[in-house]
Amino acid sequence: MFVEEIMVKDVITIERTTLIRTALELLEKHRIRHIPVIDENRYVVGIVADRDIRDASPSIFQPGDDKKELDQPVSTIMTSPVITIMSYDLMADAAVVLYDNDISALPVVSSDDKLVGILTETNVLHTLVKMTGANQPSSQIDIVVPNLSGQLAELSLIFKEKGTNVISVLLFPHKEIDKQVLSFRVQTMDPRRLIAAIEEKGYTVQWPRTPEPGS
Amino acid sequence: MAEDAGAGVMTMNHALVYSPDMPQYKFNDDHPFSPLRQQITFDLLLEMGAISDDKLVPSRMATDEEIMLVHDQHYLEAVKAAGKGELSIGVANNYGLGTEDTPIFDHMHEASATLVGGTLQAVETVLSGKASHAFHLGGGLHHGFQGKASGFCVYNDSAIAIEYARKHFGARVLYVDTDAHHGDGVQFSFYEEPDVCTLSIHETGRYLFPGTGSVGEKGAGQGYGTSINIPVDAFTEDDSFLHCYETALREAAEFFKPDVIFTLNGADAHYFDPLTHLSLSIEAYKAIPAIAHQVAHDYCEGRWIAVGGGGYDMWRVVPRAWAAIWLEMSEQTQLYEQNCPEKWRSRWGASAPIELPTKWQDPEHMYAPIPRRPEIEEKNTRSLEKALFHIRNEKRPGV
Repeated sequence: MFVEEIMVKDVITIERTTLIRTALELLEKHRIRHIPVIDENRYVVGIVADRDIRDASPSIFQPGDDKKELDQPVSTIMTSPVITIMSYDLMADAAVVLYDNDISALPVVSSDDKLVGILTETNVLHTLVKMTGANQPSSQIDIVVPNLSGQLAELSLIFKEKGTNVISVLLFPHKEIDKQVLSFRVQTMDPRRLIAAIEEKGYTVQWPRTPEPGS
Repeated sequence: MAEDAGAGVMTMNHALVYSPDMPQYKFNDDHPFSPLRQQITFDLLLEMGAISDDKLVPSRMATDEEIMLVHDQHYLEAVKAAGKGELSIGVANNYGLGTEDTPIFDHMHEASATLVGGTLQAVETVLSGKASHAFHLGGGLHHGFQGKASGFCVYNDSAIAIEYARKHFGARVLYVDTDAHHGDGVQFSFYEEPDVCTLSIHETGRYLFPGTGSVGEKGAGQGYGTSINIPVDAFTEDDSFLHCYETALREAAEFFKPDVIFTLNGADAHYFDPLTHLSLSIEAYKAIPAIAHQVAHDYCEGRWIAVGGGGYDMWRVVPRAWAAIWLEMSEQTQLYEQNCPEKWRSRWGASAPIELPTKWQDPEHMYAPIPRRPEIEEKNTRSLEKALFHIRNEKRPGV
């Protein structure tokens, strides 16, 4: 998945000379946490985060309310140079950049270095939620499989035979090294026949399980 | 709510919406969402002598305009076409139709619209003041979405009925969903709506359909705070479930100040239910309507609308669980002391693969002791606290 597909394209921007007060108003009005600073060619020259402004703001314990610190230009507090990515980078790579640099937003630039979007950790997280299928009505089935080739194909065949649409597939390590857990989200409210067919092929369904009958 | 509502002549205290001769909402013979569940329940009540004709209200077919209070016109057209065999499977699938869960059947629009009409009749009966309480056995299709069928549900009768109550009676509705599955379709129909509060208690969506209904889903925009979700862990038993339910229902009613309570009574959280993993007993299904009844009198001058919902052990669990709603509503709970009528048992027993219950109690030691019980109860209590955190700390919305 490319950055371009999940980035925010309608970016709020400011210039070096914009007052900190104005930047603060923009952050609050648009409920965002980062504003890229651009020049007349749309080159990214800096970025201002809400915490930069918080650091620059006078303490709430300080008497008086003239807050003249906020009348400085943003160039006095912006972070520069800025880490950016390109619109055709992969989302997975962008996630690594966010993680490695401990930052939460990346301005996105085109091949001629002009600003075309912004990617935040929220966008990445939401994309991950969509990839797990957790936002679509579905049931989850976790199946323990031997760590050998062909298991996914074998199980997929069951879903095909039963005509059940698969929303997502994830693969997790199992606590025993020679096993793995395949986690399917399937578009049905009644997975009983699927579970029976999976068990018939000799697999262990880890979840869901039913309570034990009484004596 | 308008001042004059409820001022009409009260002719009966409680009403049951039931029309056996209307088109049936039936997918196929093997589908777990069987209309037989209503018939078996109704017959149980009849044999117990718990229903009289003057309490019965006939169903009716909802109009297209009524269905479109919630659903898109193109979806409505698709359902109509599907019911006449005029919808290609590719297009049908895009609307969630023609799937394992919601297969296409003849006259599916008429059957679905009649089911919606039954719930509208219940709303009409209560909000026009003809009765304080009304129960529509066939209602409770909480998974239906604006433009898509899902989880056995074509039209979302409950969401339509709530919108109808709002539009025609100006009522603030507290929706309470004790089906084991999250009431996603109803919740998301009113996610930004401050005059409808949805409260759903369900098995955690970690594995169970539909997967939503986490405590963090609280509504959005103007409606923030009016969606309440309490996901309970697999293997939850009566005490923990009822504690979550009663606490949440009372606090939600106190916070939201509804004009009417609308309860969706799935019977699928029972230990015997084949689709879910909770461990409730029939005792919980006596307590759930009893508490709703009390809360309706404490906060809404008794106005209470109830519908059915899920429930897939149609022989042992559903008939008693749903009959209990009517017995509670009509104040005939002393009948729990009697045995289930022999005539009823023999009539349905012939077609049942298992023996029908003789008593209004479940067998002792129905399931093996749950080893993780204290952990499950603690987890549920924490979910309850998180779910109610915002209403315990904030003023109610829209006032």
